[in-house]
Amino acid sequence: MSKSPNLNRREFVTLVSTVVGSVMTAIVGIPAIGYILSPSLRTKKTDAWIPLGKLENYPVNQPTLFTFTRSITTGWEKTVNSYGVFVVRKSDTEIEVLSNVCTHLSCRVNWNEEKQEYICPCHDGRFNIDGKVDSGPPPRPLDQYEYKIENGDLFIHLKES
Amino acid sequence: MLKKLFNWLDERLGLTSIYNVVLDRKVPKVNWFFTLGSASLFLFLMQGVTGILLTVYYVPTPDHAYDSIQYIMNGVTFGWLIRGIHHWGATLMVLVVFLHMLRTFYFGAYKYPREITWLTGVILLLSTLGMGFTGYLLPWNQRSYWATTVGTEIPGTVPFFGQFLTNVLRGGSDLSALTLSRFFSVHIWFLPAVILGTIGIHLYLIIRIGISHIPDKDD
Repeated sequence: MSKSPNLNRREFVTLVSTVVGSVMTAIVGIPAIGYILSPSLRTKKTDAWIPLGKLENYPVNQPTLFTFTRSITTGWEKTVNSYGVFVVRKSDTEIEVLSNVCTHLSCRVNWNEEKQEYICPCHDGRFNIDGKVDSGPPPRPLDQYEYKIENGDLFIHLKES
Repeated sequence: MLKKLFNWLDERLGLTSIYNVVLDRKVPKVNWFFTLGSASLFLFLMQGVTGILLTVYYVPTPDHAYDSIQYIMNGVTFGWLIRGIHHWGATLMVLVVFLHMLRTFYFGAYKYPREITWLTGVILLLSTLGMGFTGYLLPWNQRSYWATTVGTEIPGTVPFFGQFLTNVLRGGSDLSALTLSRFFSVHIWFLPAVILGTIGIHLYLIIRIGISHIPDKDD
């Protein structure tokens, strides 16, 4: 008996099983990728001016920590994120606002009055009063915030994406 | 190249003999009713896959269970699909497993030498119902709350130690966080473990003994 050009029964069953199996795997498998990844790909967008109070409250040449919180909803839970910034007033009008997040691995730095440095407690990264790296592992200076002064009130621009 | 790789693996893993024993079995002339077991297995695997995916976002605590499911339905890409498959698959699985039991019963397939296959099937049917019962509470909405209130009240009618049974199911005298977490635990660990093990025995017996033919006049 010569081989028929048509599919035989066994070939047909194999083909149908493969196609149906692939389709069903795809129906669950492809959405599953989006299901697992989607929250990770979602970018939260923050673009706000945060009031830091009267400029005159901040002493000259003395880094002063200002803390504030912002609440965000992640998934099913409302969480409150804490932020800390160091306000350094150079003169009556010139100031610098530095983030207290260490540029190495995101621990929070503290101002050490004696050594006149910001010191990170995690890996001993040190920054001078302007946020430049003095020593330790941090790869770049402390981040600075854009600021504005309106009627003697200080605002910083919080931007996250 | 592929052929060579396959031969290398086959020599060490015995793939061909697994195929011959498991899939290339002799079967009597059967009909579509004989696919209900495979359908049950497929549904179980589907429930397993979608269930694992649901645990990525679901939280079994009274303060977040409901919200986390709302998040799955509205916040996550294709969350509605994954939960939808799990939801409808659950109902379908109870139906298909039950039909599979009826087929086995009416075709007399439970008789010698397949009694143990039948008994493991009983465990599988009851476990499937248990999965339905425990899974029903997890959305923690009004319907699931009151359904479980009623469902756990029923064993309470047993004389003498009924109240004890109800309290064991609930993890206390009332429905609480403890009820939700123990139902969740039973739903994703205890029962799946029982079902997986029992399916193993069930399938082994089917492969070992083979399936029965459709009964005829002489049977």
